[in-house]
Amino acid sequence: MLEAINISKSFPGVKVLDKVNFLFYPGKVNAILGENGAGKSTLLKVLTGVYCDFEGQIRLHGENMQFKHIKDAQHAGIAIIHQELNLIPSLSITENLFLGRELHHSLGVLRTSEMESVARSLLRRVQLEKDPSTLVKNLKVGEQQLIEIAKALLANAGVILMDEPTSALSDSEIDNLHRIIQELKTEGKTIVYISHKMEELFRIADYYTVLRDGITVEAGEMKAVSEAHLIRKMVGREVVIRPKGQKCKESSTILKVANLHLQHPLVKAKNVLHDISFELKRGEILGFFGLMGAGRTELMECLFGMVPDRMSGMLAIDGKPCQFNSPKDAISQGLAFATEDRKMEGLVLGMDISSNISLTTLKVTELLNTDQERQFAQDYIRQLAIKTPSEDQFCNNLSGGNQQKVVLAKWLATKPQILILDEPTRGIDINAKSEIYELIQRLANSGKSIILVSSEIPEILALSDRILVMAEGRITAEFSAGEAREDDLLKYAI
Amino acid sequence: MNKEILKKTQSLIALLILCLMISLLSDKFLTTNNLWNVLRQISVNVCISMGMTLVVLMAGIDLSVGSILAFSSAICAGLISHGIAIPAFDIYIGFTVLGGIMAAITVGTGLGLFNGWVITKFDLPPFVATLAMLTIARGGVMLYTQGIPISNLGSGFEFIGSGWILGIPVPVWISVIMVLAMVFITKKTVFGRYIYAIGGNEKASFLSGISIHKVKIAVYGIAGMMAAVAGILVTSRLNSAQPNAGLSYELDAIAAVVIGGTSLSGGVGTVSGTVIGAVIIGVLNNGLVLLNVSPFWQQVVKGLVILLAVIIDKRSKR
Repeated sequence: MLEAINISKSFPGVKVLDKVNFLFYPGKVNAILGENGAGKSTLLKVLTGVYCDFEGQIRLHGENMQFKHIKDAQHAGIAIIHQELNLIPSLSITENLFLGRELHHSLGVLRTSEMESVARSLLRRVQLEKDPSTLVKNLKVGEQQLIEIAKALLANAGVILMDEPTSALSDSEIDNLHRIIQELKTEGKTIVYISHKMEELFRIADYYTVLRDGITVEAGEMKAVSEAHLIRKMVGREVVIRPKGQKCKESSTILKVANLHLQHPLVKAKNVLHDISFELKRGEILGFFGLMGAGRTELMECLFGMVPDRMSGMLAIDGKPCQFNSPKDAISQGLAFATEDRKMEGLVLGMDISSNISLTTLKVTELLNTDQERQFAQDYIRQLAIKTPSEDQFCNNLSGGNQQKVVLAKWLATKPQILILDEPTRGIDINAKSEIYELIQRLANSGKSIILVSSEIPEILALSDRILVMAEGRITAEFSAGEAREDDLLKYAI
Repeated sequence: MNKEILKKTQSLIALLILCLMISLLSDKFLTTNNLWNVLRQISVNVCISMGMTLVVLMAGIDLSVGSILAFSSAICAGLISHGIAIPAFDIYIGFTVLGGIMAAITVGTGLGLFNGWVITKFDLPPFVATLAMLTIARGGVMLYTQGIPISNLGSGFEFIGSGWILGIPVPVWISVIMVLAMVFITKKTVFGRYIYAIGGNEKASFLSGISIHKVKIAVYGIAGMMAAVAGILVTSRLNSAQPNAGLSYELDAIAAVVIGGTSLSGGVGTVSGTVIGAVIIGVLNNGLVLLNVSPFWQQVVKGLVILLAVIIDKRSKR
């Protein structure tokens, strides 16, 4: 049995886990539920020895564990399968399986055939019919996931943590994964399972623990509860839904996209996006739903002039056809794009808030006016309720939610007509989240058009006037605000 | 708060300790003559490392500055001493000292811009592109000079490297002007802000609508220009252009930048830090000579100091 007792973990400025308690039973699937930003991934990092500066205890089979390093957790038999898989694409299945624990002779000469045969038997166990010498890059995502599981089996892990293992899988791949999990259960392995898909959790999980804002809210047996109950516990309140789709029905079209195609970056003959056409109205919140890899982010990159060489098709703003060769062009036409990955693409983390906010509006030929920049930043700090001691604070010291607000501020500063928000609330706390929801609605009410890309169904449903569903680079369905239901969206997304 | 101040001034403190140690070990160090001498020697590296600072702030690197220095030096000296002659058309263009200097700066800037163009156009790592320029420009020097120094540049030209204005050597004036210009660029202009932003997060800068290619090309152009200025100083000081001038100067410049606390991964650092870094290297060179340390050991010591500086810098940033 794996126990986490009174675990607390803080980062500068924010307490991510506050005395959380977990019990994970062997031979069972233990689900961790919680919204993005609830602290799930931090918990996983504590359990696997990535973070060793936390308070509290981890006990495995009643024994106190002191993980100083990832290796310590691995030795104790804890394996993790990350949402983003940790495989090396250019190496073969065998090489990946044995990475870091290669079998070798005394002089370091690899025992290749022995490893191959072990790999073969592991592949049989996870029911993957592939030759062990196949390169991992030639496997589908679902198959790669199975390699990760095989890796955990090879390490003889007693505890296997799975972080949203099905978010990129097809239905049949999910079924296969669940079958394997059932087998692992009968072998007495402790499975810790994180997923946002309720229906899936009710299918395979035995126990659950709900995490909210870094606190364990409730734990129990899956059998004993309803979906509605769990959602209430996760969110902590009812989600307020504004009246939608009324006024913008009559308003004019601001953005029109017709027959947009996007070439694959490496394979010229292949398309990533196929024949995308849609319209965006003034003051409308248009939701884009889809699974990982559906092509939503790629589409937004097309709209924002990031991949001019590979795209074809027609864009028109206010009825005028236009072509964007760089983000600069797109910005000048009133577009703004708050990207999915605010750390890598949104902010210059090593710069202060005011410099980040002004980055979109400065002109290269001008001199800096730092007083004006600060004034500007202070306005936005007030308007968006960014929690910070001052506008001089470096962005890497801010919490996720406040970083996201800085990203929004820097785009609002350009006075955009069309605001593209790609996963605007990923990994941020509930409060900031509801503030951002309010902001989005306020902006739409004031006539700005919003493109909202999200993989969170409740978010899409709560905010959008209209929803487009994408799968494999195509738009597969369109719903208006009232008629969309959770399972419909999922059906067209797969 | 105290820790902050310590962090900001630690390289300055290191410099003062270094000066103190050398002055205790040698009575020749703290003489006016020697100090002016040190500053004059440093001015070449200061000029180069000013351009290097901008490049490194932008998360780039420029290995070609030593060769660009030599190329500009050769052009400068060649034009001043024998101009351009095309016998086939019976054309001869003579150059004044100022004309030679302007030509050298133009050529240095041009080579730098070419670096930037290649890096951005073909998406090459700066290390590779400027490594190529390092050999190309050096080869150009050899072709132009045939490996023979160009001398006889007249006494007017000598003034730049050896003259004094208001009791201060001219090279020191020039390097101070370059430093002030770079401080202005980095602190007061939007262009400077863009350099930090690109170094801090290139993708985010691109998405914010910054024309990162143009900024990059301009920065490499400035690095080339600074190398040319340094080339003119070197040429004037020796009153001659040496084919192997500026050999491995890029390493001293990078060392000055790094000792000055600028991160090689970009986005963090200051021009003033680099100046202190350059002075530390200069004082160290001078002190080791005064103390009669063998030139071979000098290199070892210099390397160790660079290592130490970077380790301290890294630890203080935790």
